[in-house]
Amino acid sequence: MNRPQQPPKPADYKSGVHPVWCKGCGDFGVLAAMTRAFAHLGLPKEQVAVVSGIGCSGRIPAYVAAYGFHGLHGRALPVATGLKLARPDLTVLAAGGDGDIYSIGAAHFVHTCRRNPDITLIVMDNRVYGMTKGQPSPTSEPDFAAALQPEGPGVPPVDGLLLALASRASFVARGFSGQPNELADIIVAGIEHPGFAVIEVLSPCPTFRPEQREWKRHVQAGLLQPAKTLEEAMAQVIAAPALSTGIVWREERAPAPMMPRPESVKELATMRARELAWIEKSFHP
Amino acid sequence: MTSVLRENISLAITGSGGSGMLSAGELLLRTAAKTGFYGLLTRSVGPQIRGGESAALIRLAHYPVETHDDHFHVLLAADWNNFHRFAGEIVLGEDVLVIVDEQAGDLPEMVAAVADEKSILRLPLHALARELDARVNMVALGFLGALLGMEQDMLRAVVQDFFRRKKRDRFIEPSLAALEKGRELAEPLLKARGGPLIATPGKPCRDMADCGARWLISGNRAVATGFLQAGGRFVAGYPITPATDMLEWLAPRIGRAGGLLVQAEDELAAINMVLGASFGGLPAMTATSGPGFSLMVEGLGLGVMAEIPALIVDVQRVGPSTGIPTKSEQGDLQLALCGAHGDAPHLVLAPDCVVDCLHTTAWALHLAERLQCPAVLLSDQKLGQMLSITDAIPPAPWKAERKLKESCAENEEPYKRYAITEDGVSPMALPGTPGCLHTVDGLEHDERALPSSQVEDHAAQLEKRHRKLARLEDWPDEEMAHWADIMGSGEVAVITWGSSAGAAREAVRMAADEGLHARHISLRLLWPPQKNRLARLLEGVRRLIVVEQSHSGQFLHYLRAHYDLPEVVVSCRRPGPRPITPRQVLRALREACEMKETFSERVCT
Ligand SMILES: Cc1ncc(C[n+]2csc(CCOP(=O)(O)OP(=O)(O)O)c2C)c(N)n1
Ligand code: SF4
Ligand SMILES: [Mg+2]
Repeated sequence: MNRPQQPPKPADYKSGVHPVWCKGCGDFGVLAAMTRAFAHLGLPKEQVAVVSGIGCSGRIPAYVAAYGFHGLHGRALPVATGLKLARPDLTVLAAGGDGDIYSIGAAHFVHTCRRNPDITLIVMDNRVYGMTKGQPSPTSEPDFAAALQPEGPGVPPVDGLLLALASRASFVARGFSGQPNELADIIVAGIEHPGFAVIEVLSPCPTFRPEQREWKRHVQAGLLQPAKTLEEAMAQVIAAPALSTGIVWREERAPAPMMPRPESVKELATMRARELAWIEKSFHP
Repeated sequence: MTSVLRENISLAITGSGGSGMLSAGELLLRTAAKTGFYGLLTRSVGPQIRGGESAALIRLAHYPVETHDDHFHVLLAADWNNFHRFAGEIVLGEDVLVIVDEQAGDLPEMVAAVADEKSILRLPLHALARELDARVNMVALGFLGALLGMEQDMLRAVVQDFFRRKKRDRFIEPSLAALEKGRELAEPLLKARGGPLIATPGKPCRDMADCGARWLISGNRAVATGFLQAGGRFVAGYPITPATDMLEWLAPRIGRAGGLLVQAEDELAAINMVLGASFGGLPAMTATSGPGFSLMVEGLGLGVMAEIPALIVDVQRVGPSTGIPTKSEQGDLQLALCGAHGDAPHLVLAPDCVVDCLHTTAWALHLAERLQCPAVLLSDQKLGQMLSITDAIPPAPWKAERKLKESCAENEEPYKRYAITEDGVSPMALPGTPGCLHTVDGLEHDERALPSSQVEDHAAQLEKRHRKLARLEDWPDEEMAHWADIMGSGEVAVITWGSSAGAAREAVRMAADEGLHARHISLRLLWPPQKNRLARLLEGVRRLIVVEQSHSGQFLHYLRAHYDLPEVVVSCRRPGPRPITPRQVLRALREACEMKETFSERVCT
């Protein structure tokens, strides 16, 4: 294959499958930022895998020209972890909604932060369960009234960034789907980070949270800045308005151990061949 | 007390916390293996997390044994503290020999009920140990070793090796002295009986090549070995009794075998990590028990829908709920068969003895990979944690082999991950394969893997997923030979699955000695059912005894639903943790052989 090498364009990373998302959904911006990031990095499409859970946000893998895994509600992170540990040669991203990652999958979020596999997570936060049509999510405001909770949840929302920091994530950032260029930069940094990168994205749901259309007026881009210490990072997240973006934490920490890196898919089988007589010997009395 | 030399003997060694009776049992078994015996050891422990009373239950024989005998011939007790906790599991024979510390006090009722004074030896086990600054278990070991005719040198070597491995060399000298004291204690008894309780079999092994003829292995280790031999390389699991020791055995070894193990945060993570790794091309498994398996069923369904091979090992324990974590029951059959929601055909297999744990695991992984479908392997606490002396186990002949799509040309039509094929299996493109980009999905999909809610796609994909498994019925017999095991002949048959096979096989042998001819059928492949194959095994059978360790008769109901059974069916079942014993099955066999009238279904207990 000696085609002339053109630098890839973001459009090359779109699969052509038509998204199911509503008009104006923030997730379009996330898709745009993701494909820009891939193009910027010039990733070979077949070496990228996007793993997701269930939700409107969870539909994103099929819209990207890459390998994809659309699994179970809440379980994107363990699937992505298994895939990355087995296949260190792949660039693995996980994507999900606020319900997916901070509610049903919250345990995986905490422990994936600790484990630090070399994966980039994108949490599309719309403060609502979009796919199931408008129930409060763990990031919903206490007074967000909905059919299932007519008075609103009445409890404080989860702060995903703070939870990530407390769980010792090695890269923590927030972006906004309405600013796909800044978001693309953050995703590039997340992919280049050798460990688990948590990127929360403010991604409005105009259908069930029409008031989020106003977010674009209030988001303070770049307000979050890489902190020197964990304490500082936490203090920054607590002090900054929820609608602020930027990379707040970056730390060098050994990523979760992986299998040896195969040169190609074909090599996988030969890499596994091992002599196992030593195991049999261990059963001799 | 008889003085007939046996070819088969069962011993129970018990004591309260700190007496080290489990170690004594294991060392005795190891020495027995080197001496040329076959045998097995199970442990029973009290509810304490650490320490507490424990019992090592041992059977030694001149021939391979798969299960405990109905009763014990020797009971050695360091004390009677909390002995009643084992009462249900240590059934003493009428000819029992009881050895107990002289300070232990009054006999527990259950012992007094069977043992007369002549068969009780009260010995200064603790006192001698104290004198030597050794532990009472070493005195007991020396005594039992002598009683069983084991060479003292062999016993000494095993004890030395044990402490060296534990880096506790300072215990060696007092322990060897205690062994010797124990042997001396046994001398008068040996003299009175005219020799040991059991003849020494074959030749003892002196070098490694010799010793390798026998293996000392548990079902959990055999499962792990079968997995690695078949090419399994990724394991994710969450600790749960009685599967933990399989994961702990694998952890320090899987790297050298070219694989990786992850301790997951829960079973939901474990099964999903396995699916992720397998999607990436690594043959993968998780090991758990009932509570964990319950959490995994959503993942099981995803594996079916997305057509991702995976092996889920359920080492069953007594259920429901937390149940009795340390003890065995065959209660997860229904969950394994029907677990996932929707029509979700998947493989269900069960090993039927410790040796078979290795082979059936390898076959399960082979089938899962070949059919691109999850396989559930139902082991249980009994098989998993039983330490068994077996013949050397030949390597499993099955390997994980997946039908791969190795490239997709650019001008070809788009890659169809879920292409409708004749046998239902569609070539899988692994991530990294140029040109075959796709997103696998737990949503119903079309051939290209795109989500679809159309009637036609659902019907076609359901049918394809079903066909992959249904086709096993047409596979050549040579390839399917492992699906079941048959032994003996006759108009009466005993049918089992999993660990109950051991008692049934022994019962059929005992029945043959009585002149009753029966067959035993052990099913290893439970799903998909093999209707014609079982019909052939049942040819000429008029009465069928269904044996299982389940209160409700899960196996019976499974057989009734999916197979044509003979006119007379006897259900022989009991819940765990009381084991199915050879004589329980023998009684059912005798009755079935003599039965004049035709019962449509009877329950034997
Ligand atoms: C085990 C399970 N429980 C419930 C659901 C139903 N469900 C699908 S998506 C969803 C919530 C989605 O919310 P979020 O993760 O915030 O994603 P969004 O749609 O907002 O992008 C729920 C509850 C499911 N698919 N699986
Ligand atoms: S419901 Fe909301 S989150 Fe879902 S696609 Fe529509 S706008 Fe987007
Ligand atoms: Mg949401």
